Amino acid sequence: MMTQEFLLQLSLAVLLLPLFSFVVIIFFGKSAKGGPRQGDLVGTTILGVGLLSSLVILFTKLNYFNDVVPSFTFTWVDFHTLIPLKLDIGIMIDNVTAVMLVVVTLISFLVHVFSTVYMHDDIRYSRYYAYLSFFSFSMLGIVLANNFWLIYVFWELVGISSYLLIGHWYEKKSAADAGKKAFIVNRVGDLGMFIGIMIVWANFHTLTFDGIFSAIAAGQIPFQSDAWMTAAGILIFCGAIGKSAQFPLHVWLPDAMEGPTPVSALIHAATMVAAGVYLVARVFPMFTADALTFIAYIGAVTAFMAATIAIAQNDIKKVLAYSTVSQLGYMVMGLGVGAYTAGFFHLATHAAFKAGLFLGSGSVIYAMHNALHHQNDHHTDAQDIRNMGGLRKKMPVTFWTFVMFTLAISGVPFTSGFLSKDQILAGTLAFSDLTGHTLIPILGFGAAALTAFYMFRLVILAFLGEHKDPSRLEHLHESPKPMIIPLIVLASLSFFVFYSFNPLAPENGWFYHAIERPATVVPANLAAASPEVFEETIHHEHTTAMYLSLTVASLGILFAFLTYYWKKISADAFASALAPVHKFLLNKWYFDELYHATAVAGTIGFSRLLAWFDNTFVDGIVNGTARWTLALTLGVKKNWEVEDHAKGMEGKREGGKREAVVYLFFAALLSVYVGWAAGSAAWHGAGMGAAVGKGIIALIVAGGTFFLLHAGVGGFDNKVVDGTVNLTAYLAGFFGLMLRKIQTGRIQSYILFVLIGVMVFFFLFKL
Amino acid sequence: MTPDTTLQLTDYLFYFFALLAILSGGVVVFSRNIVHSAFSLMFTLFAVAGLYVLLNADFLAVTQILVYVGGILVLILFGVMLTNKIVDVQIKTGSIHILPASIITAIIAGALCGVFTLTDWFIAPGANVAAAKSTAPHIGEALITNYVLPFEVASVVLLVAMIGAAMIARREQKPAAHS
Amino acid sequence: MTLQVSLTHYLIASAILFSFGLFAVMARRNAIMVLMGIELILNSANINFIAFARYGGLHLDGQMVAIFVIILAACEAAVALAIVLNIYQQFNTVNVDEVDTLKD
Repeated sequence: MMTQEFLLQLSLAVLLLPLFSFVVIIFFGKSAKGGPRQGDLVGTTILGVGLLSSLVILFTKLNYFNDVVPSFTFTWVDFHTLIPLKLDIGIMIDNVTAVMLVVVTLISFLVHVFSTVYMHDDIRYSRYYAYLSFFSFSMLGIVLANNFWLIYVFWELVGISSYLLIGHWYEKKSAADAGKKAFIVNRVGDLGMFIGIMIVWANFHTLTFDGIFSAIAAGQIPFQSDAWMTAAGILIFCGAIGKSAQFPLHVWLPDAMEGPTPVSALIHAATMVAAGVYLVARVFPMFTADALTFIAYIGAVTAFMAATIAIAQNDIKKVLAYSTVSQLGYMVMGLGVGAYTAGFFHLATHAAFKAGLFLGSGSVIYAMHNALHHQNDHHTDAQDIRNMGGLRKKMPVTFWTFVMFTLAISGVPFTSGFLSKDQILAGTLAFSDLTGHTLIPILGFGAAALTAFYMFRLVILAFLGEHKDPSRLEHLHESPKPMIIPLIVLASLSFFVFYSFNPLAPENGWFYHAIERPATVVPANLAAASPEVFEETIHHEHTTAMYLSLTVASLGILFAFLTYYWKKISADAFASALAPVHKFLLNKWYFDELYHATAVAGTIGFSRLLAWFDNTFVDGIVNGTARWTLALTLGVKKNWEVEDHAKGMEGKREGGKREAVVYLFFAALLSVYVGWAAGSAAWHGAGMGAAVGKGIIALIVAGGTFFLLHAGVGGFDNKVVDGTVNLTAYLAGFFGLMLRKIQTGRIQSYILFVLIGVMVFFFLFKL
Repeated sequence: MTPDTTLQLTDYLFYFFALLAILSGGVVVFSRNIVHSAFSLMFTLFAVAGLYVLLNADFLAVTQILVYVGGILVLILFGVMLTNKIVDVQIKTGSIHILPASIITAIIAGALCGVFTLTDWFIAPGANVAAAKSTAPHIGEALITNYVLPFEVASVVLLVAMIGAAMIARREQKPAAHS
Repeated sequence: MTLQVSLTHYLIASAILFSFGLFAVMARRNAIMVLMGIELILNSANINFIAFARYGGLHLDGQMVAIFVIILAACEAAVALAIVLNIYQQFNTVNVDEVDTLKD
């Protein structure tokens, strides 16, 4: 009989097994050089075990523990009363977690299988598998964590493993750059998330979701301010913006396609980018209505913007990349408008068909690459859809599965995509009914039409029609079984039956029963429309939404066929007619250029400014001090020892001369005064003779004083000052020589001295 | 806590072991033949193990014999044999600055003995009763509960020491510059 | 102090052993002799730990420390002997007073 403890232990095993396989592969993968396996079997088997365990967990969770949340928490750090720092960490399994476990392990397992062929000849085959395992571990950590602390840690681990995998072919500069870009752009979002977490921690002194939610539900809100509550939510959402490639920070994801294609399928389509959506779902109860509206707008803008860019791309992976950004926007939008279940549902269905699309494109690229290799053609881009066409006959399995995924992503009925997308769109309609934000459904439906268009464009250009180079066609072959089987599995998972037996109403399926929108914990005046009101509105809008989405999808598909298959509309003419728009889209809305002009250039400019300040002011002060000291010193010294530094110091002497004149002037004044005083004291009489005698005495005394003063000060410097310095040096040398006799270099002598010291201390403290 | 002053068997055993430890320890330190020193060290270690037993630390006594006599002493003997050409060169070793060392040692020994004798030590109640049971299970339990971190760290230290010793003692390829 | 064995007896025995070890460390020329002196010192410290553990009512804590001392003594012996062997290769002697390049 399953118990909660067993469930937790099993999920811990699922979490730690990939870590184990990472360690095994990274240390011992290479040593099995005899065979070609290099550890891939270890990774694949472990992920297979993980998949089975996750299925068991999901099944058990839904059937026996649907309403309880097994969790395990322990106190990791506790400073008691010293500082209010107490970190509880642990794992929890609610239905969202259980579903995500299956999604992650399933995609990861299929990608492992797929990669055995796709990456077979790679020079870093074993390291590739090690990183795949490490990624799976990090991702599962995010899924299982029950607190912000662990989520943040695994969040960054996902970031680093993504960096490693994108830059897998780091000899290619573009791949290395893409890795860096992904990493840095993600850090921007993570900074916001970190600040958000700090806000939460500063107010609630706990980072577990339970603790935070119950604190908010009890009426505590950050800094007693509604605005802070909203800000905390939005800042945490910033992490999701980075990781899920939402609107301002989406630029890294298309570049990340420089990584191996299976990696794109695993990380940049199905799992890692879903982490942001998962985070939003996880902390959903603490979002205020304002924060949710913000999220909805970010999602809607992302969905629409990425869809427009995808139309103009020619690289098969770039199209899919922007499609991914767009679909992630859908999920975020769904969560933002309150269609929690639909948004998360779309995450699961999208994971399956987008992974399938990427693996399918991997299969195509693999075939193209091999064919080009046969022809000794190293110039043609194997990823450019303009070089493809007519692949349907040569790669039937890839083609049909690809079509299945395309139907799903376009939202055609009887597919999984229809079930989830339709619900999100209905949610946006309900949201606009409730709040009046009509822009969101417009962007949403627009993106749906565009999605259908660009996906069918991709299918038509790549698989239908005639191949661009007929001689190449005979070298094209269907990919081997380990690549095809994952495609078939994923294609079958794109059918509606796995999620709901009614192809038009997902509400009847298990998924909708398992994942329910959690009750919000924020105070009533800040909360969005309650689930009941929202469901009611959705009910009204449901049919409208369905017809609308069917209409826009078929319109998109129709236009794609008209343009690219029947060629009734010339795509080129269209593009040239709308040349500025086309250029705008082709250049991805100039986001990279914008960031280059602002963030990158700003950073470099600021660094230059700092460098200039350092060179001019800081160095100026230091050098100036030195120069002035030198000048003054030389000036005084020059009086007495002119000959010493007469050579080669012409410039410096100018300053010294001035000092010397001042000094001489004061010395002369002083001596004249002394002489006059002496003269007056010696000659008391009055009259001419007295005056002359006074003058003579004064002159003699003044001259003597001046000489004494002059020589005396010089002598003081030479004898006393120099003497002191020399004596110090001499004494230092003397004691050094004396101590050197003790320094025998024998350790035992030193021990002897140490012990004498110990004895002295002993008696010192005893008495 | 018997008030009578008759010596019990454990007291005699203590004197036997203590004297053995001190006498053989003296041989270790003052013998001019290093091999004699090493063998004498064995007796010292055995005697100390005996003292452990008298102090209710049976597990430690066994550990002492295993680790010290079985491990460290063998290591030291290896060291003696590897660094002294027993066959041709005399294996007697001398001493340096004996006089200051003797004086300091004597003073420190006197000070220690004085402190130990004059201090009024706290004696826990029931400490004079010899334990009836072995301490091994309790030590084992403590090692995996309260002392698990030091225990693990110690294992790492052992590993590091092992690797380090192997690295240091490895024979260099080139002949040494100094000789 | 009576003849009946008490804490003080153990402490004095350990003090004497300690002094012997100290003398060996200070005065013996052979590095291995120095090592043996260190072993004696460690043993005397262990006697103190265990004696206090019994008489001071510390029970296992003192014994645990003694165990760790033994562990570290093993490490120390291994590393020290490795160093001694290395010195022997380098200088062809193990007399510590002849290894005085620290002076220069």
